[in-house]
Amino acid sequence: MTTVEERLLPSAEPIQLIDEHGVPHDHPQYRLPAEQTLVDGYAQLVKGRRINDQAGALVRQGRLAVYPSSHGQEACQVAATMVLRDQDWLFPTYRDTVSIISRGVDPIETLTLLRGDWHSGYDPYQRNVAPQATPLATQLIHAVGVAHAARLKGEDTVVMALCGDGATSEGDFHEALNFAAVFKAPVVFFIQNNEYAISVPLARQTVAPSLAHKGIGYGVPGERADGNDLAGLLAVLGQAVDKARAGEGPQLIEAHTYRVQAHTNADDATRYRNDAEVAPWLERDPLKRLEAYLVERGLLDEASKNKVVAAADQAAETLRIGLMEEVQPDPAELFDYLYAEKTPQLREQAAFLQDELAREEA
Amino acid sequence: MTMTATTLLKLTMAQALNQALRDAMKADETVLMFGEDVGALGGVFRITDGLTAEFGEDRCFDTPLAESGIVGMAVGLAMNGMRPVVEMQFDAFGYPAFEQVVSHVAKMRNRTRGRVTLPMVIRMPYAGGIGGVEHHCDSSESYYAHTPGLTVVAPATVADAYTLLRKAIEHPDPVIFMEPKKLYWAKEEVDLSVSQPGIGKAVVRREGRDATLIAYGPTVPIALEAAEVAAADGRQLQVVDLRSIVPFDDETVCTAVRSTGRAVVVAEASGFASVSSEIVARVTERCFHSLAAPIRRVTGFDIPYPPPKLERHQLPGVDRILDAVDDLQWEDS
Repeated sequence: MTTVEERLLPSAEPIQLIDEHGVPHDHPQYRLPAEQTLVDGYAQLVKGRRINDQAGALVRQGRLAVYPSSHGQEACQVAATMVLRDQDWLFPTYRDTVSIISRGVDPIETLTLLRGDWHSGYDPYQRNVAPQATPLATQLIHAVGVAHAARLKGEDTVVMALCGDGATSEGDFHEALNFAAVFKAPVVFFIQNNEYAISVPLARQTVAPSLAHKGIGYGVPGERADGNDLAGLLAVLGQAVDKARAGEGPQLIEAHTYRVQAHTNADDATRYRNDAEVAPWLERDPLKRLEAYLVERGLLDEASKNKVVAAADQAAETLRIGLMEEVQPDPAELFDYLYAEKTPQLREQAAFLQDELAREEA
Repeated sequence: MTMTATTLLKLTMAQALNQALRDAMKADETVLMFGEDVGALGGVFRITDGLTAEFGEDRCFDTPLAESGIVGMAVGLAMNGMRPVVEMQFDAFGYPAFEQVVSHVAKMRNRTRGRVTLPMVIRMPYAGGIGGVEHHCDSSESYYAHTPGLTVVAPATVADAYTLLRKAIEHPDPVIFMEPKKLYWAKEEVDLSVSQPGIGKAVVRREGRDATLIAYGPTVPIALEAAEVAAADGRQLQVVDLRSIVPFDDETVCTAVRSTGRAVVVAEASGFASVSSEIVARVTERCFHSLAAPIRRVTGFDIPYPPPKLERHQLPGVDRILDAVDDLQWEDS
């Protein structure tokens, strides 16, 4: 018989099924995903990396205002959506662009936010992806509401709620986990612990043994995974989604990964960390190890790898062309979406702006 | 709307609000009521009395004690097909939820270009006059009225409490519903089958040709009382009840002020940078040539809400209103 603590506490070490050299390891609780799943996942990782790097290039060219990259965290990004079904929901943060695209949202619609067109570019109901959250942890409690509504309606829906290590210090992180537990909401809280909140290291966020340990305070089972091992993440997140779907309530998963680039292009990481700290993480790259594993097992060869790379290049090129397009948002829209029906005051202000624009043109 | 009553009933505002929730929950099974102590207890003011018993734990329920969580959960429920109504228990207890209200409740519709709408109501028992201790008597409406994307209403009568809450629950967008708690026990004979004007409409509660008193929520009965006293002295004061702070009914208010040429705004909240200052600004901008005197305000002082033994000094009263009226540069004085 297991004690409550044994049921709630995460494993002593993060779950890893394929190590940084591409060598698989057996685990008593988690099985390696099917070969084809890993092959598909690899293609998504390569595409995710290309999209990250392309978006970064578009910032340097002045096409995007800013881009918080998930370079190095692609395994988390891809695994979070691979374990979901169509009816499930994803609640992403500003750093989760690759996850949103991996969920099937149009990449250009995803990034028009950062081109400055509008605050959110895609229809959340099309692929059940909430708007990207910029405030920290506030979206986690929305995820609980969506999951609870699904439960009340008798719908089979699991909600994947993403956040970073910094967000675990916010009050809404606590409230969301507690609410989810009390209402037994089918939510998987997935923390990508990349060691930094802009410049502030994890040690200043918490002295807990791990972020996954925080689950015990809410009665939520916690688990931790190597955030750069797609196989381990798919196994751990997959099991968490299955448990939530089966009615076992919320689950808390922490992925140990690293933000190898600066917070955004506007940040200077050399002010708060040195290259020696970053270097080992480059060796733990999620793409490298999966590639080594697939090649070793004969699941990937030069030809199939070239195909994957070509598809990723194509996706990046489509993104580049789409975002190079200059789209001027209509100023009239500034007043269109606040209310189902404009207030008299907004009608007045919209007319004022129209008049001002007409005079500018004249 | 389904009405359950067709005859005159003598109800308190608290009972009318309870009836509105009951009727809304009967009419639409996606309407949910939740918050702190709203279940078995029926709310600290008994506004949700009996709802859990009638509709079950899934429809009216207690939550963990966390206001940001309550409002944030309502956002998610509304995103997924529900019409949540939440209670903040007391005005000042709503502040922990402020980020959710300002950054999400108010902005979700605009952020998503109208794709995600949030039909939800945040019920806020507010204002003082009940001898409440600190944090129980704030008038917080100006914060919400200042936030684009919110609709803010404040009933002052029993009939309006029923109608406005029904309409707020049916509203396609989020509504901050300010309940003047000192009026919870005010009794009126009402016919709930008669629908009052909707959100966005102010009404003239009393006609009068000499000056206009503009009030909302807890100050409406005070303004009416002042008008009664003034009438005995031969001065006819008109009383406008805003009912809806956002949207603001410029038309009714300005028509009223133009008809008298003099106005006093009466509000319980501190006056600086408030709903009352906005009213003065907009009426002055629109009615300047009809005004015989600058618009005066009777508001709370710019101080934290006082302890019970001192609260009478903060609350707008009949004498202060009449003094302000006297100060409106009457030609014959």
